[in-house]
Amino acid sequence: MSEPITAQTNAASADQAAPAPKPKRPKPKSMLLLNEQTQALFENARLAKERGEKVGWSASIFPQEIAETLGLNILYPENHSAGIAARHQADPFLQDCEGPLGYSNDLCAYAKVNLSYASALNNESTVEFPDGGKMVKPDFLLLTNNICNQLTKWYENLSRQMNIPIFFIDTCYNPSDYVTETRVRYVRAQIDQLIKDLCAFTGKKWDDKRFQKVMKISQRNSFLWERANSLMDHKPAPIGGFELFNYMSAMVCNRGKTSSTAVLEQLNAEIEEHIKNGTSTFPVDEQYRISWDGIACWPYLSHNLRTLKKYGINMVASSYGKAWAIEYDDLDGMARAYCFASTNGDNASTMIGRRMEALKKFDCEGTIYHVNRSCKVMDCQMMEVQRQISEQAGIPFASFDGDQADYRNYSEAQFETRIQGLVEVMAQNKEAKENG
Amino acid sequence: MADLKNNLSVLAEAYGNPRARLDYYLGQGKKVIGCFPPYTPEELVHASGMIPMGLWGGQTELMRAKSYLPAFACPIMQSDMEFGLSGAYRGLSAVIIPALCDTLRCMTQNWRFGVPGIPMIPIVYPQNRRSPASVDYLISEYESVLTMLSTITGQMMNEQALCRSIEIYNEHNAVMREFAQTANEHLDIVTPRVRHAVMKSAFFYEKSEHSAIVREIIAELKKLPAYAHPGKKVVLAGIMCEPDELLGIFEENDFAVVGDDLAQESRQYRTDTPAKGGGSLRRLALQWNCRTGCSLIHEDGKPRGEMLASLCRLSGASGVISCMMKFCDPEEYDQPYYEGDLRSAGFPCLSIEIDQQNTSYEQARTRIETFREML
Repeated sequence: MSEPITAQTNAASADQAAPAPKPKRPKPKSMLLLNEQTQALFENARLAKERGEKVGWSASIFPQEIAETLGLNILYPENHSAGIAARHQADPFLQDCEGPLGYSNDLCAYAKVNLSYASALNNESTVEFPDGGKMVKPDFLLLTNNICNQLTKWYENLSRQMNIPIFFIDTCYNPSDYVTETRVRYVRAQIDQLIKDLCAFTGKKWDDKRFQKVMKISQRNSFLWERANSLMDHKPAPIGGFELFNYMSAMVCNRGKTSSTAVLEQLNAEIEEHIKNGTSTFPVDEQYRISWDGIACWPYLSHNLRTLKKYGINMVASSYGKAWAIEYDDLDGMARAYCFASTNGDNASTMIGRRMEALKKFDCEGTIYHVNRSCKVMDCQMMEVQRQISEQAGIPFASFDGDQADYRNYSEAQFETRIQGLVEVMAQNKEAKENG
Repeated sequence: MADLKNNLSVLAEAYGNPRARLDYYLGQGKKVIGCFPPYTPEELVHASGMIPMGLWGGQTELMRAKSYLPAFACPIMQSDMEFGLSGAYRGLSAVIIPALCDTLRCMTQNWRFGVPGIPMIPIVYPQNRRSPASVDYLISEYESVLTMLSTITGQMMNEQALCRSIEIYNEHNAVMREFAQTANEHLDIVTPRVRHAVMKSAFFYEKSEHSAIVREIIAELKKLPAYAHPGKKVVLAGIMCEPDELLGIFEENDFAVVGDDLAQESRQYRTDTPAKGGGSLRRLALQWNCRTGCSLIHEDGKPRGEMLASLCRLSGASGVISCMMKFCDPEEYDQPYYEGDLRSAGFPCLSIEIDQQNTSYEQARTRIETFREML
């Protein structure tokens, strides 16, 4: 997110008509550190631009460590679009994109928001920036397609629109259960070439010692992120699962930075403190533990949370955030890890295997699938995945129609009804279990 | 003229009844491999002694496919899945699925679990074609496909066979390009529906057989005097332009199709496999790296608009009909740019939605009529 989105701030904006809003819980120190980090990201990019340095935009699962080693300032369109959507500011961008810019309504809403934002930066659109245009105009693009193929097309268009180069690592879809060695060789060759090309373009020099250091920081951060997620296996879970979504910017935008280490160490300490004290930030008693499949429904995060809270449902496992826990220890390892990071780039067996592991580890009683209208790669095999996981895990699921950034693709009534149905089955299962 | 009519009707029949073509080859004791669109490496199937047959969906009621794909998935994939689940593709020894878009990625998995009786062979083409390593990577993908094909035939493909298949495919490319050009002098005979039938029928023939028929058609056409088409001439852009009801509306409005960049038609024939460059697998990989102006292949600069404008100039077309495959995101990203480039070049563009399951074309008819008046 361009600014951290907390469940509290979302709830506050959506609940304006509520009679007596509860006083806000003070933000934990980890969140304050995250806010500082996010502000620094945008401010540093702005200052770099002022100094005449080249600033880039990057796909969210690009090997961020490369740019970090070169000391480049990079911003993340997917993250920024999510922030715009979560703050209910997406509408003018969506209208502009589907209207004057001529794009189809069918496309990814992250892309639509960003393509319109980029048009405004390029003086081709009159949409006003809700954030002062802090997503400064890029001089180059860093692209990987491990998340989806739409990113490739989206960045092609940005490149043409702003006449800037794309530095691309094609990570290749994995129909096999592993990353084939020929993929590793292809991706490694691209990484080597990209480093050379990026140095030539930006005038920066590659420093292998610096890379080793960044890699260690990145590995430490991946460990801390994974650990924070893992601590959700305690019962009751020490925090509300949706809160972890808020910390994703530390991994998405700042994976190779020590500032993320500080944020995540603090987050881990806060979670451990809750475990020690038997407390939780989840505001009601944890009745049910579920996993969440898919990207957050950012425009309705507060409604999702309120509905789940009503039934004491805590989201203790998510398929999404863990995509950024990327582990490796050299450039070959980096090539392999980035090919295998996102389950969007992996076959259904790998996806099902990872989901089953999480359901078991976190003792989930159900799964909620977000049928995200923006994301065909997540939706077009979801039904088969649901069938297999439900059968193997023996737990119920509910799916709902939503969108990661387009507020028009969601129905509060549908979400509530689906969750109600899920709760009924989970309650029956719980009762049957208790009665032996 | 009798031969011409007969040949055109043979191809129209094949186009109208692919199942009969499948049964014909099965009856000959041939094995047939289903080829999902687009760019399936048919040469590998051909060189393995089997018949590659295109799977481009069709008109059907979607029932079983709804258990695998959401309503906003590509209509070709929806109907391919339906045909797979319903048994319409019974007899195929395997299918090859190129994971060229997000929906195709998922189709590899849906097919694998949903239609276990017809094995799925995936291929993942490289998208960073500026990287020299993409060639070796693609060769390894081809080798994986060949390994899986050899489990069906029990035989290993050899270099000589692949060289011969590449020749046959290059010849077919040339024949189809010549047909498209010759047809433009005979638009009274090669109407939009006839042109489409000739183009699409290629997916249901062994390619040297198809080349032979189309060569005869070209020869017969060349014997006839050139025809001056009184109506408007257009170029088609997109993945495909179906079904016949839609093409019939072009004819009602005196539109002639004089060129296309459709993935199902001319786009596949634009790029030959180079005669030199190494072994046959390497040459095939080099062909991939030479393809240009396709929404499904990453390329800098978005050259498609200029390519379409140039095609209009060469063919005498006065505009472009953008055949937007419903829910096809790669095409949807290209559309604003190529349409903008066409407008800048002075060529108007009409966008119509393509959905094989559509049953009403009134809206399209009105739009096409308006476009005719505008031109």
